[in-house]
Amino acid sequence: MTTQISTAKPGLKQWLTSDTPQSRWQAKCGRAWLGWIKFSENKLAMVGLSVVVGLILVTIFAPLLAPYDPLAADLTNRIQPPGAEHWFGTDQLGRDILSRLIYGAQYTLLIVGLVAITAAPLGLLVGTAAGFFGGWIDAVLMRITDVFLAFPKLILALAFVSALGPGIENAILAIAITAWPPYARIARAETITVRKEDYIEAARLQGTSNFALIIGHITPMCMSSLVVRVTLDMAGMILIAAGLGFLGLGAQPPMPEWGAMVSDGRQFLLEQWWVATVPGLAIFVVSLGFNLLGDGLRDVLDPRGGD
Amino acid sequence: MSSETLLTVKNLEVTFNTPKGKVHAVRGVSFDLGRERLGIVGESGSGKSQTGRAILGLTAANGAITAEKMQFRDVDLANLTPKQWRKVRGARISMIMQDPKYSLNPVMTIGDQIIEAYREHHKVNAKEARLRALEMLEAVKIRDPERVFNAYPHETSGGMGQRVMIAMMLIPDPELIIADEPTSALDVTVQLQVMAILDDLVRDRGMALIFISHDLQLISSFCDRVLVMYQGHVVEELRASELHNAKHPYAKGLLNCLPKMDGDHSDLPTLEREASWAEG
Amino acid sequence: MSAVTRKNRGGRTRARLFSGKAGSFLRIVFSLAITFFGLLLVTFLIGRVLPIDPVLAAVGDHASQSTYDRVREEMGLNLPLWQQFFIYISNVLQGDFGTSVLTSNPVLEDIKRVFPATLELATIATIIGVILGIPAGVFAAINKGKWPDHVVRVIGLAGYSMPIFWLGLMGLLVFYMKLDWVAGPGRLDAFYVDFIEPTTGLMLVDTLIEGDMDLFWNAVSHIILPASILAYFSLAYIARMTRSFMLEQLSQEYILTARVKGISEHRIIWRHALGNVMVPLVTVIALSYANLLEGSVLTEIIFAWPGLGLYITNSLLNADMNAVLGGTVVVGAVFISVNMLSDVLYRFLDPRARR
Repeated sequence: MTTQISTAKPGLKQWLTSDTPQSRWQAKCGRAWLGWIKFSENKLAMVGLSVVVGLILVTIFAPLLAPYDPLAADLTNRIQPPGAEHWFGTDQLGRDILSRLIYGAQYTLLIVGLVAITAAPLGLLVGTAAGFFGGWIDAVLMRITDVFLAFPKLILALAFVSALGPGIENAILAIAITAWPPYARIARAETITVRKEDYIEAARLQGTSNFALIIGHITPMCMSSLVVRVTLDMAGMILIAAGLGFLGLGAQPPMPEWGAMVSDGRQFLLEQWWVATVPGLAIFVVSLGFNLLGDGLRDVLDPRGGD
Repeated sequence: MSSETLLTVKNLEVTFNTPKGKVHAVRGVSFDLGRERLGIVGESGSGKSQTGRAILGLTAANGAITAEKMQFRDVDLANLTPKQWRKVRGARISMIMQDPKYSLNPVMTIGDQIIEAYREHHKVNAKEARLRALEMLEAVKIRDPERVFNAYPHETSGGMGQRVMIAMMLIPDPELIIADEPTSALDVTVQLQVMAILDDLVRDRGMALIFISHDLQLISSFCDRVLVMYQGHVVEELRASELHNAKHPYAKGLLNCLPKMDGDHSDLPTLEREASWAEG
Repeated sequence: MSAVTRKNRGGRTRARLFSGKAGSFLRIVFSLAITFFGLLLVTFLIGRVLPIDPVLAAVGDHASQSTYDRVREEMGLNLPLWQQFFIYISNVLQGDFGTSVLTSNPVLEDIKRVFPATLELATIATIIGVILGIPAGVFAAINKGKWPDHVVRVIGLAGYSMPIFWLGLMGLLVFYMKLDWVAGPGRLDAFYVDFIEPTTGLMLVDTLIEGDMDLFWNAVSHIILPASILAYFSLAYIARMTRSFMLEQLSQEYILTARVKGISEHRIIWRHALGNVMVPLVTVIALSYANLLEGSVLTEIIFAWPGLGLYITNSLLNADMNAVLGGTVVVGAVFISVNMLSDVLYRFLDPRARR
């Protein structure tokens, strides 16, 4: 097997593709490098990666990139069409849409980031516990998982928000509560496969506690499937968050959340269509980016789960 | 034994384009086949199965077939259109596959699959087709043809499934049958039964047979002539009765590895391969 | 994938409570019941435990003190939580979801009135999705790597990434406002709204029953756009799964056998391969149908479609807790039922599973 990458320094490349790694670190880097080669051959996946990286960069550099203050209303400039001064035009309060779009990226990233950080570990915990201990623990935990899986995500999120009240924190909580079940299922399936392996038995015989077994040995095996699934789910989470925003249940005005911006533009759809179209396009592009990235990751990390 | 040549294959080459480069599965294989039983024996990767597939034009999409000549009677097998192939496959040349668990359609009844094989090449009504199918099931010694007719493939045992496969492939009355490891997926006792049935049918119908297997013993007892293949080449061709006179070291090595009842009781020899054999 | 499958633990089959065909049916019903129980538990907790004042959430800001006291009494808030839960369950099983703040009707009445509209929309959308999606998926599979495959994959991917409310708005903008090809929001022109006797609640059916063709075509022109928007998502999913299943089947041995028999490529694809694909595909279609119920929530707002989605959203925006929870329970129940149905269908269609 030959690698044709000429960009890496010869010494580094040798180190990465060596057949006899001298340390765990070297082996890990080597695997990551090979994974990267395979990933980068997939053009669509690279597009997805650039979109996600772009999103992160826009979020971080928003104050530098945005030409105007996203909250600055200018009623003399209401609903201007896209032009030189305002690249995407202005909304019903005269605010620059491009700036609102840029700052809105922060909200999007915040929401999906927090949801992922909350839901994934929760699902991992439930799934590994269920798979590892089996028996009635498994039955009970899986029942609970099934109940949450039985709800359509948006409706459950709506119900939660209706009880808790609108607002970005409640929206994040509501989405997280609906997002964890698939991770529990994946973690459980992986745990059951891994649990029977000899090296687990060997570690147990050495006196490793159940807790250490789960955290140290079993959890890492679930990681690749989980990472793929989380990335793919992010696309869906963005859509649900935008949906909640559209209904006015997410970040409250005047915050520039993309879903809420689409809702604002509804009244002017006929003549001033850009107010609603542009934010929706942003949602689409970012969601598509996560989907492409997730697909690419799956091809590299977990090929049997794909097409 | 007829001296008429049914199939002529001259310099058949099958090459696959894989991500790792070109794989030459079949390299320059040539043989003639009359109304007889020809066995092709070799290990995995010798190209024997691919030879069989190439005769029927069923090489996978990433493979290329070239041959100086591939002629079945009046049909030039090397240059057929898909429509012409459909007239040859099943009706004139047929193939028995290895494992009925996978080679039968799981959601169609056995009866439907056999009828389909028949009606593809004979214009009869459903009733007539059904009768013929049941007849055929009896011909392969299935005791309860009605039940099997209405059953699904997963409801039958391996031996029965293979007999169904034989029935299905023989019902359109082909002239040549290629059997690709027909008993390799079966238990030893069932193997003998199925071979006996195949034996009778091939003889009664006067068909030519190409029998592909890794089992030298089976081939030597069942076939008239034997081709030994190694890494895509034919390394030995001789009559089954004269196998002990094999000249090529690979063929001799294979024969040596067969356990013999009255042979020497020391360890069985293993085959030491020479790189030169791969050149053919 | 659903609550109904059982896993073998370490090769041993777990002892079953019931056995045989009747037992298998009972097991499914039992599983359904438990999941539904869980559903009610969650909605109960949302309604009672989460809000600061559950009574206020149920009766709304404008209720009189006497109404407040009465409902407080009915909800039994001074009782221990588990007793409240039992009251809740028994109410739900009798069809009592409480009264809507907005309409002052029992919530179940309201839901019965609005549900057929959503049903109609989801059904038409699924039909379109199936008719377009399956051939698209088959076409993509047999042309793997070539342009039809890429087109179908892009359409599929877009379907996973597009916000449905945005697509709805774009559809309205282009096809209604700019091109005037379809009618606007609502199920019928405002002029006609009270002309039809709501026998089934399905507008297309009701207009046909009354034989009023003008109204029928009017209903069609109103449903076609929202149904197409929903259908897009359905077809993206169905096409993607069909392609995946087809590719899997086309690499199987029995396809080679069929070719050996001399069968036409057409029959191989549409009879042999697709026959095997339909088994898991039916499950996919059922799931797609259930997902459309969710999609309808946002679509109905845009098209002013008086269905369950709009009902839930309006109730939400008006802090009508009983209505929201009632709607959630109904949608959840439909979801669970469709899931179970798809499981049953799968077993029915796959000869290997029919024991």
